[in-house]
Amino acid sequence: MAKFDMAAHVRRINSQDKIATGILTAIVGLVLLILAAIVIYILVAGAGKLFDVSFLTSKPQQFKAGGGIGPELFNSFYLLFLTLVISVPLSLGAAIYLSQYAPENWVTSVAKTIIETLSSLPSIVVGLFGFLFFVLTMGWGFSVIAGAVALTMFNIPILVRTCQQALEDVPRSQRDAGLAMGLTRWETTIHVLLPAAMPAIVTGIVLSAGRVFGEAAALIFTAGQSAPVLDFTCFDLSSPSCPWNIFRPAETLAVHIWKINSEGVVPDLEAISNGTAAVLMVCILAFNLIARFVGKLLERRLTSE
Amino acid sequence: MAQLPKHRVELIGKGVTGACIALVALLVVTLVAMVAQRGIATFAVDGIDLGAFLTGTTWNPHQDDVSGMPTVGALPMISGSFAVTLLSTLFALPIAIGSAIFVVEIAPGFGRRVFQPLIELLVGIPSVVYGLIGLTVVVAWTRDMAAAAGQTITGFGIFSSAIVLAVMILPTITSLSIDALAAVPGQYREGSYALGCTRWQTVWNVVLRSAAPSLMTAVILGMTRAFGEALAVQMVIGNAIQMPTSLFTPASTLTSVLTMGMGNEAMGTVYNDVLWSLALLLLLMSLVFILIIHLIGHKGGTKRG
Repeated sequence: MAKFDMAAHVRRINSQDKIATGILTAIVGLVLLILAAIVIYILVAGAGKLFDVSFLTSKPQQFKAGGGIGPELFNSFYLLFLTLVISVPLSLGAAIYLSQYAPENWVTSVAKTIIETLSSLPSIVVGLFGFLFFVLTMGWGFSVIAGAVALTMFNIPILVRTCQQALEDVPRSQRDAGLAMGLTRWETTIHVLLPAAMPAIVTGIVLSAGRVFGEAAALIFTAGQSAPVLDFTCFDLSSPSCPWNIFRPAETLAVHIWKINSEGVVPDLEAISNGTAAVLMVCILAFNLIARFVGKLLERRLTSE
Repeated sequence: MAQLPKHRVELIGKGVTGACIALVALLVVTLVAMVAQRGIATFAVDGIDLGAFLTGTTWNPHQDDVSGMPTVGALPMISGSFAVTLLSTLFALPIAIGSAIFVVEIAPGFGRRVFQPLIELLVGIPSVVYGLIGLTVVVAWTRDMAAAAGQTITGFGIFSSAIVLAVMILPTITSLSIDALAAVPGQYREGSYALGCTRWQTVWNVVLRSAAPSLMTAVILGMTRAFGEALAVQMVIGNAIQMPTSLFTPASTLTSVLTMGMGNEAMGTVYNDVLWSLALLLLLMSLVFILIIHLIGHKGGTKRG
């Protein structure tokens, strides 16, 4: 039997270590390269349309070239706004209950499991449920409100998790101090915990806004795939051309990209989808930057006081 | 306004936040119940054989089969869904785990400050944008590669879809793997180094092994996302409802058929009912994935506790 050669063994494991480090570095490089390639490709391919005001404001064309994305751009922001109006209070309430009141019993653990389940459901399933329940059963039709509720379902699990985490990350001593001063749990939560958790909550909301903004699968059967021409001087809330009417169909930017590509009848299909994707991308990047910036800003204001 | 007594405020607070969580739970239960009710109608009302639905290889709902029932074999979509899910996980897994190891074990500072924010950005890119890139870049690239090898294909199919999905689930698996590796106690590493192991030996024999259950959870969550993704897959898979025989011929998945078909068929027709059965199948599959994650979590928990 050959004698165990220690020196050779050390050489071997050291070179293995070097090779592994090299491969891992290459993998990380690859990931960064893919990310950079995606972002740059989208921005460059759509750059021509990105600063074209008439593209950003005019209405889409069905059969000829030169259509814009004006109504879609407005619809995306309006839907996002409505979704946040519904989902933020609901998630914050649920998070407060889970972190402050929830007794440790099976009801609570079932509720937690249900919310977790919701976060793993495919968004197309949420969209189909929205179609079945809000569009058909409730009779809302393809509408802004049906879309906003579907997006709310999609958004709630993420928001509940971030809000709950933010509330639980507040040092326990702060809560104890509030309670020791004779405040009730509710008062402690509202006056002590919420302000302290605010930076993390706001960051979480803005980050989730980015996801909501780009969601399409939950919307194609709820908010619909058509964008009526909007008249911003119209305040008749029952008119389909009134921008604020929540019962009108509302195609968003993301849905627009999908729809024109699956129909494939617009002659300048590629230019329009690249332009729309670039607009979408810029908004998502903006949400990401705002989330970071606002979080830092709030934190600084809170800690300097 | 008179000040409400403290215990009343407390009760109202608890009631309102509790109602938020009850509402969310109720919505999810309604979702499952409504989709199940419609999905089961195919078998209970229309009398289609469940076995024929799950194992039939021909999908042609407008044509009756030998038994006089519409031909609704769902196996082409079921196998399509599993094929894209497994293949994309296979592509994404080494890259995700590799970058997680790099970020946790080799360059933690770079990981926290640079890599993780960028990965979050990758999560935020809308799925239609991935679909668009798949359509304009990946499909063309696959076609050109095949042409260089002397094959003529369209480029649409399981392979292209799996590439697009791999990029989409990469951030999910990566960030969960980073958490999993970071949760391995430092003493384990120190113990291994003290025995004279190299960094790679420590990672391979100690860190990866003790993080295995959490890594498994990360992978399954990634698979859940791949299985449920609708629009990006629909845009690149080619949408041919036939048993997949090659990775490079057009195929379809549960989600792609739902996306394409649901808008075209009137409610209450057999075809429409069968689409809801596909939706139910998708829902059940997601629930199975979630169940597996729970089981792994419990197993890991008892082992450690």
